[in-house]
Amino acid sequence: MLNELYQETILDHGRKPRNFGLLPMVTHCAEGHNPLCGDQIRVHLLIEDDTIQDISFEGCGCAISLASASLMSSAIKGKKVGEALGLFERFHATVTNASDEELGIGDLDCLIGVRDHANRIKCATLAWHALKVAVQSPVTQSQELP
Amino acid sequence: MMTNTSLLDQFPLLKEKVRGHRLAYLDNAATTQKPLPVLEEMDRIYRTLNANVHRGVHTLSQQATDAFEEARAKVARFIKASEPAEVIFTKGCTESINLVAQSWGLANLKPGDEILLSHGEHHANIVPWQLAAERCGAVVRPIPIFESGELDLKALSEMVSSKTKVVGIKHVCNALGTINPIAEVVRLAHSVGAICIVDGAQGLAHEPVDVQAWGVDFYAMSAHKTYGPMGVGALYGKRSLLESMPPFMGGGDMIRTVSFDGTTFNEIPNKFEPGTPNVPGVVGFGAALDWLAAFGLPQATAIENDLADRAAAELSSLPGVVLRGTASQKVGIVSFTLDSVHPHDIGTILDSEGVAVRTGHHCCMPLMRRLNVPATVRASFALYNQPEDVEALIKGVQKVQKIFA
Repeated sequence: MLNELYQETILDHGRKPRNFGLLPMVTHCAEGHNPLCGDQIRVHLLIEDDTIQDISFEGCGCAISLASASLMSSAIKGKKVGEALGLFERFHATVTNASDEELGIGDLDCLIGVRDHANRIKCATLAWHALKVAVQSPVTQSQELP
Repeated sequence: MMTNTSLLDQFPLLKEKVRGHRLAYLDNAATTQKPLPVLEEMDRIYRTLNANVHRGVHTLSQQATDAFEEARAKVARFIKASEPAEVIFTKGCTESINLVAQSWGLANLKPGDEILLSHGEHHANIVPWQLAAERCGAVVRPIPIFESGELDLKALSEMVSSKTKVVGIKHVCNALGTINPIAEVVRLAHSVGAICIVDGAQGLAHEPVDVQAWGVDFYAMSAHKTYGPMGVGALYGKRSLLESMPPFMGGGDMIRTVSFDGTTFNEIPNKFEPGTPNVPGVVGFGAALDWLAAFGLPQATAIENDLADRAAAELSSLPGVVLRGTASQKVGIVSFTLDSVHPHDIGTILDSEGVAVRTGHHCCMPLMRRLNVPATVRASFALYNQPEDVEALIKGVQKVQKIFA
């Protein structure tokens, strides 16, 4: 069971998260916080024409939350906002056992293992929750990064 | 005397398997397992003595009241209080501290007064004081601790002043296992006329308590960390203080007379115990203390410390492991981190080996920040733990190292 969770893809993304850091241009951002473990992830978005043109995240957390944020960022870059949120719904349903179907969306599949670790589902969905808030949180001029 | 191995028969849950492995329960600082005599005693109350206490003239009510009050006497004896009336039953250590902060605190704190709390306090001995301070205009200040987890007594001696009204400290640190020098802290608090409240959640099951010898003003207790049931605790308070304090909650049983013109309150301890209490829980708490005393606190501590020392020695020989909290006076708690592997990942992998540990900030976020770690892994020992539990822990950590190599 455990081997399903801590497999190479997760370990790799946890160790070397993709799209980690800041963006030159940000239109939307939000932070997700899991008070239980102290995981904290801030998602930065560049949304143009209803499309996530660019994404990055910062923060700290366990391998599962970092890998999930990294995988998410790779999966939704270039997607329409609606598509990205739709993907979250499918992802959420899958990891919370509500759906039996496999994700079939490449690397994201590797997080299905959290199903067997109920107390880790929050880690796997933290970045997605932050994303959901971010798309509705345009940054003001003062928050904009140089 | 009971032996450590024959003890396991009294804890059926410890024979259960978790994820296909023998359960190595090392989360005793979160809650201990309950021995059969405690479970049976609580069951006996509902089966044979179920009646409301302090109310009926009928025999059953008197018997239930006797059992309830006997438990109060047991708690008083266990902590060496001068009389049972100084023991108030609550729903736990957290409520006990809130009682003091809301009752004594709101009645006595003035703008500019200082509440000094150790930097290592559990949130349960920080937040109630912040709430009271906010209402009264008082200030909460942290007492520095060393990297080892030990309290900086010299700093405390320089911090106390005529402004100091409360000094709060935990008897034993739940996150690191440090045993705090209660007598000295009480002496420093009293030197400026402040009260000293001790959070005894982790102390009661592992360290002798002598509230009179220490001169402590309040000592808060939790039954479930001491082999008793959840949802029950107690507050020790000096008679003179408890008598001077206004009620914390109002209701039945805490009054002498009630009229719409005004109410007069009952004597202690009833003044602080409105409503029907958790009678089986309170009786179970008393049974747990009897059970622990029969086993012997020094014997229990010897077992726990031996296992914790072994675990600490073996863990520190593993590459990347850093032990957190290295005070000379500690109970059987081993807190550690491993390279940059997050404690939650360690906890999940240990769980897959049947090893139950706590991972996280242990409700001590200021302490974690002081140690500059987001969280730690904590293995905490109880008197029923076995050498196999240490072996399973070490094997589990080695597995983590392999996965995250």
